[in-house]
Amino acid sequence: MSSIAEKVVAGDIRTVARLIRDIDDGMPEVREVLKELYPHTGNAYVIGITGSPGVGKSTLVDQMVAHIRKRDKTVGVLAVDPTSPFSGGAILGDRVRMQRHSMDPGVFIRSLATRGHFGGLTQSTRSAIDVLDAMGKDYILVETVGVGQDEVDVVRSAHTTVIVVIPGMGDDIQAIKAGILEVGDIFLINKADREGADKTLSDLRLMIEMDQKKYEEGGWKPPILKVEAVFDKGIEEFLQAVDQHAAYLAKTEGGLDFRGNQNKVREELREMVKARLLEEALERLTESGEFDRAVESIVKKKVDPYTACEDLVLPILDQ
Amino acid sequence: MKQKRRVRVMVAKPGLDGHDRGARIIARAYRDAGFEVVYTGLHQTPEEIVEAAIQEDVDMIGLSSLAGAHNYLFPAVVQLLRERGADDIVVCGGGIIPEDDIKTLKTAGVKAVFTPGTPLDQIVKWVEENVSPRS
Repeated sequence: MSSIAEKVVAGDIRTVARLIRDIDDGMPEVREVLKELYPHTGNAYVIGITGSPGVGKSTLVDQMVAHIRKRDKTVGVLAVDPTSPFSGGAILGDRVRMQRHSMDPGVFIRSLATRGHFGGLTQSTRSAIDVLDAMGKDYILVETVGVGQDEVDVVRSAHTTVIVVIPGMGDDIQAIKAGILEVGDIFLINKADREGADKTLSDLRLMIEMDQKKYEEGGWKPPILKVEAVFDKGIEEFLQAVDQHAAYLAKTEGGLDFRGNQNKVREELREMVKARLLEEALERLTESGEFDRAVESIVKKKVDPYTACEDLVLPILDQ
Repeated sequence: MKQKRRVRVMVAKPGLDGHDRGARIIARAYRDAGFEVVYTGLHQTPEEIVEAAIQEDVDMIGLSSLAGAHNYLFPAVVQLLRERGADDIVVCGGGIIPEDDIKTLKTAGVKAVFTPGTPLDQIVKWVEENVSPRS
């Protein structure tokens, strides 16, 4: 093993932090390290937490960390915040809610920006999960804003996907319905002391019950729980629901080890191949100047973008 | 396509003062300059700041203090970084800091001190010139 991989497995904070940076910055050298780390992964339980901005995800994650620590288990947190499409910068503020854990050696918290990855957010976050897994964290919590396919894909790769809503989000639940309702294993109504919590509960229940047939065939029926993260109410019950979901997964094909699960492996490998192909191909086209020349030709109306695209892509596929 | 190294900075409020308006404005200016900015919130101890900075792998820590304890807090952060072998992380500070203290702080290893009235673009420019993303 390289010294980097060794240090990661030994739990060296600085090495882990720097490796995640290299992954995020797209440094090609990290691939060798990730290969070495792979045999050391697959032990952590990954929980994805998603929901609209302001529903209290970070506060919830903070409480989850506290409760998981009471079980004497270690935790890694990946908190993803959006990159500004205008400046490329980002304010990563999720940590504010979790700073009380910063001195706890059993907790590692890392903020990530979505950046402009070509579908690579999923890829780099998954690699970061692997790193935290290899360093020996028992639980890994991944928090993302639940908008956009990438963010949804990230939490989908978790063992348990948690969707957080708040009362009075009538229209937002409609939005969730279209995209991420299907991926929720547990639904949380946070800030449940607010007016409208019961209405939100029945709205959600109605939507979930529409899949009744699936549950009758032994599928997992997502529980809907009310919590008040800021007051530490309902968190233990919520974690028990996570335990139940884990027990359910353990009985399904492939069990908790997603790396022995055909579908999961297929999906993950497809993502990986996609990201790598895109990266290599675009790099080649950009470096050779072909890409810019094609743009120029389209702008000058010499060629249509469909033909230009074919001219760029086909020769690469022929190789 | 290869990702470019992005500058990552941390904006932190050490000590007991409860005013983070300045820190938030700085964070915003850094974001607009294309940096990734980790914000820690109020009332941080130097130990918490250093631990967070290491976990976040930032290139710089910007400390904001308006309550007068900068002569203790800022050098403490520099010292802890040194102890952790992370003194490649640049430390700068800002806030209500008397002229005489600036010299002391710089001697202690704080690379720059920005006082009220410093234009934001001047601060951003300083970061761009003095902090490079890890290569």
